[in-house]
Amino acid sequence: MPVKRKPKLAVWKFASCDGCQMSLLDCEDELLAVAEAVEIANFPEASRAVMKGPYDLSLVEGSITTSHDAERIHQVRRASKFLVTIGACATAGGLQALRNFGDVKEYISYVYPTPDYISALQKSTPIADHVFVDYELRGCPISKQQLLETISAFLHGRRPITPPHSVCVECKRRNTVCVMVAQGTPCLGPVTQSGCGAICPAYNRGCYGCFGPMESPNPPALATWFENLGMSDTDIVRSFRGINAYADPFRKESEAHEKQNYNN
Amino acid sequence: MKSKTTTIKVDYLARVEGEGGLYVKVKDKNVTDVQLRIFEPPRFFEAFLLGRDYSEVPDITARICGICPVAYQMSSVHAMENAFGITVDGPLRELRRLIYCGEWIESHVLHFSMLHAPDFLGYPDAIQMAKDHPEIVQAALKLKKAGNDIVTFIGGREIHPINVRVGGFYKVPNRRELKRRLKDQLEEAREIAKVAVDWTASLPCPDFERDYEYVALQHPDEYPYNEGRLVSNKGLDIGIHEYPDYFAEEHVAHSTALHSVLKARGAYHVGPLARYNLNFDRLSPMAQEAARNVGLGSQCYNPFKSIVVRAVETLYACDEALRIIDSYEMPDEPAVKVEPRAGVGHGCSEAPRGILYHRYRIDDEGNIRDARIIPPTSQNQKTIENDLWQFVPQNINTAHDKLTWQCEQVIRNYDPCISCSTHFLKLHIEQE
Repeated sequence: MPVKRKPKLAVWKFASCDGCQMSLLDCEDELLAVAEAVEIANFPEASRAVMKGPYDLSLVEGSITTSHDAERIHQVRRASKFLVTIGACATAGGLQALRNFGDVKEYISYVYPTPDYISALQKSTPIADHVFVDYELRGCPISKQQLLETISAFLHGRRPITPPHSVCVECKRRNTVCVMVAQGTPCLGPVTQSGCGAICPAYNRGCYGCFGPMESPNPPALATWFENLGMSDTDIVRSFRGINAYADPFRKESEAHEKQNYNN
Repeated sequence: MKSKTTTIKVDYLARVEGEGGLYVKVKDKNVTDVQLRIFEPPRFFEAFLLGRDYSEVPDITARICGICPVAYQMSSVHAMENAFGITVDGPLRELRRLIYCGEWIESHVLHFSMLHAPDFLGYPDAIQMAKDHPEIVQAALKLKKAGNDIVTFIGGREIHPINVRVGGFYKVPNRRELKRRLKDQLEEAREIAKVAVDWTASLPCPDFERDYEYVALQHPDEYPYNEGRLVSNKGLDIGIHEYPDYFAEEHVAHSTALHSVLKARGAYHVGPLARYNLNFDRLSPMAQEAARNVGLGSQCYNPFKSIVVRAVETLYACDEALRIIDSYEMPDEPAVKVEPRAGVGHGCSEAPRGILYHRYRIDDEGNIRDARIIPPTSQNQKTIENDLWQFVPQNINTAHDKLTWQCEQVIRNYDPCISCSTHFLKLHIEQE
């Protein structure tokens, strides 16, 4: 009987901080086991050896911000059987999507003295705006456990389990007293997807939305709570306009309050 | 005789953080062009910091780099505190050093064991290296984990920690908890780090030296993390707030890149070698002894030896973390009170890859009005290219494939973090 070929894993980077692919190297206890189970075929951050595609599993980090990358993502898709986007940049455009609310030309000339040399698209967009995505892992950064779960599910031919519920559920599970109810600290937990382990409330601060909107969130209701806590429209805009600013529910809420602020 | 032109080209540099390439042109055994090409897409952090509240800055700047987020958080909170006239002292200051120790361990071990060592032994990566040297890679992973566990415990998670704020932290551990969570593991890590110093020193190292101007922070009695004066081995000795007076970003002809230079003398070198050369006597006795035992003097001008210096600094960081844990007393408050006021603040800290400078102008409501961030890799870029200008002619008779690989190694000596440096760099071309 022929020996079964190990699935080929590829890791791709677009506009990002490298943190999500670093999560794989941060799996100190599991890394060598992962390397046993898959062929690491294209992972430039870790290896100078590159194997040709097609790849069975592609992990894609980063958002699309240049016309070159908007082309390259199609090549990656063509070379990948199963494509998983990892992190807030890849799934929502990331923190750099803050430029989507301004004028990219102004941004370029603020940072670079020779703006003519810099080519950048007007918007930073998630991978799913460009190609079909098989599965997405949220977070800034992603959770190592969810990454291992996804690789493991892929190897066993099943769907990964990454709960779509809110951070509030995780807080209850770890017995964290609600920072918003008990201390009046504004918290995005009620509208943010779980996965981080609800660390911010456990460290006495409000969630700032790294994992993006949960399934069917209700940001307007939360914003009313924020107003009752004394937050101004400017503050509310800032809180929804962070790591996942361009994710639809968060974007709509920040734009609503920006408009309100303008009308006042 | 017909002249012969060859090129050394690496389209996508591996084992560096971010996207870059290398292009070297050689004509009749003379180097005529060196380009460290950076094609990482720009993300415009300084631009979208404008108008944000000062308290959001540590969480935003952390996202510049997934490998050294603590460095970005530390430089930004110190800059902000400088603007507000606040000093963070005592146990809070110690905890900041501790979380920085964690980042140095995590980042240095990643680099010397998984990204840099394979070059010295001729492996494409650490996974392949692990097949022949399993015990080395497993020990390194354990050591790296000890660093990550410090950052996770103090910061909430290893990448983009959530517990750092202007004035201190959101929550601080008590003495017993801190010891219970970290001490045993760090004692084991310190032993591994000692072995790592010996092991890195035993690797075959190319013979190559240059007369660098090393720039690093220097503190009267500590190996530097967050505070000190900016000094060099060629006479620089300034306060952090004087950085803009002495350093400049320089345009190169036909180039979109800005090279950081010393206005007076040009290229300079930041990072582990610079810190080590300027602060050897401030390392702990254990780290000094380990360095001496492997024949590394207090001065070193071979950039390939940075792998040994990273191991020495890892040992120091383990040792320093244990010192902090042993003497720690829980502070009454997790942060000092912060009253924002209008002003300009400067911060500079020693990221694993070298000095990371931040400057912010803040208005009286605490909103950011101007931001400048100068990461270590953009400061080293010119020095990296200068190394290649010298290294290639010296090794011109080496087989092409091997020389290409060695050129990559020259770049990896600096553990370049291109994701970070891309505020300022796009592409650099230097014409004949």
